[in-house]
Amino acid sequence: MKVLVPIKRVIDFNVKVRVKSDNSNVDLANVKMAINPFCEIAVEEAIRLKEAGIATEVIAVSIGTKACQEQLRTALALGADRAIQIQTDLELDSINIAKLLQKVVEEEQPKLVILGKQAIDSDNNQTGQMLAALTNMPQGTFASIVKVDGDKVNVTREVDGGLQTVALSLPAIVTTDLRLNEPRYASLPNIMKAKRKPLDVKNAEDFGIDLTPRTKTLKVTPPAERKAGIIVESIDELVEKLKNEAKVIS
Amino acid sequence: MSILVFAEHDNNSLKADTLKTVAAAQAIGGDIHILVAGSNCQSVAEAAAKINGVSKVLVADNAVYEHQLAENVSLLVTELAGDYEHILATALTTGKNFMPRVAALLDVTQISDIIGVESSDTFIRPIYAGNAIATVQSLDSKKVITVRTTGFDAVVTDGSAEVVALDTVTDAGNSSHVSDELTVSERPELGAASVIISGGRGMQNGDNFKLLDGIADKLGAAIGASRAAVDAGFVPNDMQVGQTGKIVAPDLYIAVGISGAIQHLAGMKDSKVIVAINKDPEAPIFQVADYGIVADLFDALPELESKL
Ligand SMILES: Cc1cc2nc3c(=O)[nH]c(=O)nc-3n(C[C@H](O)[C@H](O)[C@H](O)COP(=O)(O)OP(=O)(O)OC[C@H]3O[C@@H](n4cnc5c(N)ncnc54)[C@H](O)[C@@H]3O)c2cc1C
Repeated sequence: MKVLVPIKRVIDFNVKVRVKSDNSNVDLANVKMAINPFCEIAVEEAIRLKEAGIATEVIAVSIGTKACQEQLRTALALGADRAIQIQTDLELDSINIAKLLQKVVEEEQPKLVILGKQAIDSDNNQTGQMLAALTNMPQGTFASIVKVDGDKVNVTREVDGGLQTVALSLPAIVTTDLRLNEPRYASLPNIMKAKRKPLDVKNAEDFGIDLTPRTKTLKVTPPAERKAGIIVESIDELVEKLKNEAKVIS
Repeated sequence: MSILVFAEHDNNSLKADTLKTVAAAQAIGGDIHILVAGSNCQSVAEAAAKINGVSKVLVADNAVYEHQLAENVSLLVTELAGDYEHILATALTTGKNFMPRVAALLDVTQISDIIGVESSDTFIRPIYAGNAIATVQSLDSKKVITVRTTGFDAVVTDGSAEVVALDTVTDAGNSSHVSDELTVSERPELGAASVIISGGRGMQNGDNFKLLDGIADKLGAAIGASRAAVDAGFVPNDMQVGQTGKIVAPDLYIAVGISGAIQHLAGMKDSKVIVAINKDPEAPIFQVADYGIVADLFDALPELESKL
């Protein structure tokens, strides 16, 4: 079975982003970029399914500027078989991303689509669920265990109260949580090999989808700063401060 | 203009978080209806009818909604959507799961995790792990929104709304519930606690989390954790506080053996008072702590417990 893995190029998770002084957006000039950590977990899961003999082909897809080819090459180096870049300079809303992915699903007919549960830039947590709705597939979101079993998949999900396991008929959508797996590092030979793997480029405009923005960002501001606190010298002092100054304990 | 709010519940009791989502609905303004979708969930419907500012409670009580499977619930909400301009759910795992499906079925995008309302179409939401705050205008005709509970104060429960039973049954038939493995705890839930004490990798193992118990008992606190503590298997996933775990804002948050990574801070830096216990004076957690103590947690915790 084919597994499709949509991935996103985002700011590296170690970088603390800054807001532009004109409050129009965050400043990504000269900032280190990377594959979204949850997408990396998705790629890893797909590759493990291939290594287990369950998946036959792993296809990575990314929507964005030419720069996202870098993240597609990373996915190829990790073990994806081929990649598709859908070229656009627009910052698309999740619904429009999901509609483009729907077209890819229609063309590739994967049995499983694995996505990250959220991108660490927009923090939206939507695209996988939207794609599931548009393709009329069931979904296993926030997955910590994925078990393919014939024509269905059991997904154990991280939920507020603990864990929940659901059974989904294939084809299905899975979105990854942190505990699903620990992604491998790409080896140098695999990075070299990835350069020769197929990477198709398509234009977002050619998909016949109305990509009109659904949201408008009016401004982006820095969060309220917490005012600097103090270092206390002893537990006695801490307890005294919490009681009499902060008044949060009695 | 009408607003539909999805009730968070476990078929027995209404989650208090719903009261905060209703507060967001009130900030938008309009006639507010609540949807209770579940199985044998009449007690939830009764509780929902008491929420201040709600005029109607719609109850879809059927086995297909027992586990609130996204496939089934999203079809139900989409069917009801015609009557509403805004549809709101709490940004917890149930709402996060099914709401984007509703948005897609209605051909709109979702505004996730709002912490403020500017007007009926403009909302405030954190992005980049809370390191930037965006003011976003929705250009869609219907607004599908999830609400971050830390942004709103719960409304009171002195109302008496009309309760209407729905007979709509939407069964997508492509998913089923297998099992739950829920954490049982006598302590308050993270989202509801006014005091939280969280442990990180510095706790070294799951057994050492017992050192937090006595303090939590004395303070009526919930116990949380960093991702590192969950990944290492010290404690279950539902205890993770952070960008991609639970977002909390208690009156008092005590971080023990937690370094203060961006992703952890994203889940707790709106707490009223933050205390950090860490042996590394350079740990970033001290930059957001109101009171920091540079100490070995294995000395500090027993002493703190004895002095409370
Ligand atoms: C996509 C993504 C999502 C993430 N989401 C989250 C999230 O939601 N929540 C989250 O918490 N993290 C999240 N993280 C992880 C985050 O980046 C950090 O790795 C994590 O928060 C570190 O946990 P920690 O502070 O417990 O561990 P460490 O960073 O290892 O810190 C341990 C601290 O304990 C102190 N310590 C050790 N021994 C003692 C002692 N005896 N006494 C006192 N102090 C001691 C050390 O000085 C150190 O400061 C995410 C990361 C990624 C990439």
